[in-house]
Amino acid sequence: MIQKQVNQKAWFMVLPVFLLVAFSAVIPLMTVVNYSFQDTFGSNQFFWVGMDWFRDLMHSERFHDAFLRQIAFSSIILAIEIPLGIAIALAMPRKGWGVPVCLISMSLPLLIPWNVVGTIWQIFGRVDIGLLGHSLASMGIDYNYTQDPIAAWITIIVMDVWHWTSLVVLLSYAGLCSIPDAYYQAAKIDGASRIAVFRYIQLPKMQGVLLIAVLLRFMDSFMIYTEPFVITGGGPGNSTTFMSIDLVKMAVGQFDLGPAAAMSLVYFLIILLLSWIFYTVMSNVGEESKNGGA
Amino acid sequence: MAHITLKDIAHSYTGESDNPYDYALKELNLTWRDGGAYALLGPSGCGKTTLLNIISGLLTPTRGQVLFNDENVTRLPTEQRNIAQIFQFPVIYDTMTVFQNLAFPLKNRGRSKTEIEPRVIELARMLGLEKDLYTKAQHLTADAKQKISLGRGLIRQSVNAILFDEPLTVIDPQMKWELRSQLKYLHKQFGFTMIYVTHDQTEALTFADEVIVMYEGEIVQVGTPEALFERPEHTFVGYFIGSPGMNITPCELQGNRIVIEGHEITLDCTYTDQPSSAKIEVGIRPEYLRLAPPQEKGLPVKIIKIDDIGRHKIARVAVNERIFHVVMPEISAMTGDHASLAFDTAHTNIYVNDHLIAGERP
Repeated sequence: MIQKQVNQKAWFMVLPVFLLVAFSAVIPLMTVVNYSFQDTFGSNQFFWVGMDWFRDLMHSERFHDAFLRQIAFSSIILAIEIPLGIAIALAMPRKGWGVPVCLISMSLPLLIPWNVVGTIWQIFGRVDIGLLGHSLASMGIDYNYTQDPIAAWITIIVMDVWHWTSLVVLLSYAGLCSIPDAYYQAAKIDGASRIAVFRYIQLPKMQGVLLIAVLLRFMDSFMIYTEPFVITGGGPGNSTTFMSIDLVKMAVGQFDLGPAAAMSLVYFLIILLLSWIFYTVMSNVGEESKNGGA
Repeated sequence: MAHITLKDIAHSYTGESDNPYDYALKELNLTWRDGGAYALLGPSGCGKTTLLNIISGLLTPTRGQVLFNDENVTRLPTEQRNIAQIFQFPVIYDTMTVFQNLAFPLKNRGRSKTEIEPRVIELARMLGLEKDLYTKAQHLTADAKQKISLGRGLIRQSVNAILFDEPLTVIDPQMKWELRSQLKYLHKQFGFTMIYVTHDQTEALTFADEVIVMYEGEIVQVGTPEALFERPEHTFVGYFIGSPGMNITPCELQGNRIVIEGHEITLDCTYTDQPSSAKIEVGIRPEYLRLAPPQEKGLPVKIIKIDDIGRHKIARVAVNERIFHVVMPEISAMTGDHASLAFDTAHTNIYVNDHLIAGERP
C-alpha cells in the first residue's frame, strides 16, 4: 500500500481564522458558560455553584412566564406575517410601473433601524400627541398601551407586522416570479380553479423561500428586544417582558451574572432547537417517507 | 370535436397598429378539419406558438375571429374552449402523484371517480407510466415528466383539438420516435384533431397529413408532405424543407428557356413574360440534379466538395459564383474537378419574387 505523505503545514494557513473565530465567538461564549456555573458578590470574586442556576431557572416562574409570552408572541407573528406576506405578494403586479413602486414601498420599513421603528410607534400610539392614540381616544376607544396589557400587545404586534411583513412579501414575490408562465397556461388548459393554482403550483414552488421566511421571522421575533424595550419597556407590569428583555433586566439591571448566563445558554439552545425543528419539518413537507430521511 | 376556423386573424403583442412590422402574425385565414393531423412548421420566431395560443385562448388575437364549428369563441377563456395543449417543457404538479396529475383535468371538470380511474389507468399503460402511478411526479426523469404532460393533454376524450407546442424537444431521440408513433396511433384510434408545432421537418413530415409552413408571421404554404417537397410555393419552403434544401438561383426567363450564367436550359413548360423588375429564380431539388462527365450535355461546373453522409453523397458544385448541391448515388464514379450538371426539367420550378408561378405545357 502506498503511504500518503502527511503534510500538516496547511493548518498554519487557517490559524488566522481560528484566532478570529475564537475571539469573536468561542471565548465570549465560553465566558458565558463560565459565569453560568459561578456566583459573584462583586469585587471580582467568584464561587463555584455547579448546576444551581440552571436548576433555579427551570423552576423559576419568571422564566416560565417570559418563555410563554415569547412563544405566544412568535406564534402570533408567524400566524399573521406569513399568510399576509403571501397574500400581498400574490396581489402585487408582475409587470409595468407598479412593480418598482410596490418593491420600493415594501423595502422601506426594512431600511429603518429597529429603535427608530420603536420610537415611531411609541409616539404614534401616544394618547396625548400620537396620531393613532389620539384618534382612537377621540373615537371613544379606550386605548392606552402604557396601562392596558392588551393594548400594549396589540401595539407591538401591529408594529412588528408593519416592520417585517415586507420581508415575507419580498421573499414570496421572488418565489412567485420564478414560476414559468407555462405552469399558469397549463393550469388554464387543465381547467384549474384559482385556489387549485395556488395550492398545486404557487405554494409548492414557494416552499423554498417560505422556509427561509419562516426561519428568519421565527428567529427574529423570538429574539425581539429593541422595539418593545423602546415602546413599553416590558410593561405594563411584566406583560410585554419577552425573554431578551427579561435577560437584560437580569444581567444589566440586577447584575445577576450567573443566572443571566444560565438563561442566555438555555435561550440559545431553545432557538437552535426550534429552528432545527422548523427546518426539518418544512423541508420534508410533500416528500414521501421513503425519501424524507432527514 | 369540431372543425376550427381562423378568420382574418392577426396578432401584435404591442396592440393594434398600422405598422405591419409590429405583427407577430400577419393576417391569415385557415380551416382545420375535424380529426386532421396537422403540423405547423417554421423557424423559431415565425409565429407558430402565437398561432397555437390564439387557438387555445391563451392569447386573444388583435384582429379576427376564431370559430369552433361556426361558433365564435374569440373571447371565450381557455377553460371553456375544451382544448388540450402540451408545452415545450414538462409542466407537472410537483406535490401530486402521477395518478393525480393525470386525473387533474378530469377532476377539475367534476367527473366522477368511477369515470376517472379506468381512464387514467388505461392512458398510463399506453404511455408506459403504470409502474410509477403512485409516485410523486417530481421524482421522475424529464422524459417521464413530459409523458405526464402529454398524458394530461390526452386524458379528456371529448376535446375539440390537442395542440402540441414542440413537445418532444426535451426527449431523447430514441424516445422521440416511440412517442411520436404512439401519438400517431392515438390519433388513428380516437380521431382527435391534432396540431403539432415544430421546427423539425422530419417530425412535421412524419406526423402530419397536412403541413402548414410559416415564415415571418405568414403562412407560406399548406400542403401534404409530398407537395411541399415537389412543388414548394415559396422559396422559403424550398430552402426549409429537404436536406440540403432546394437549389434556388437567379436566372433569365424567355418562354420555355432559362439562362443561368450564360448557359441555356430548355424547360418542359412555357412561361408568360415577367416584368423586368421582377426577381426571377429557378428552383430545383438536389435530388433532381445529376452530375455527368464534362463532355456530356449540361452546365459546365466545378466540383468544390463532396460529402459522404452514408446513404448518399452530396456534391457542392459551382457555375461561376452560383453554388448547387447535388445528391449523388453512393456508387457514382466521378473523377476530376469538372463535370456537367444536368437538370431534370420535369421537377424544375420557376419563382417570381419568391412565389412559384405555373407554366403551360406545350
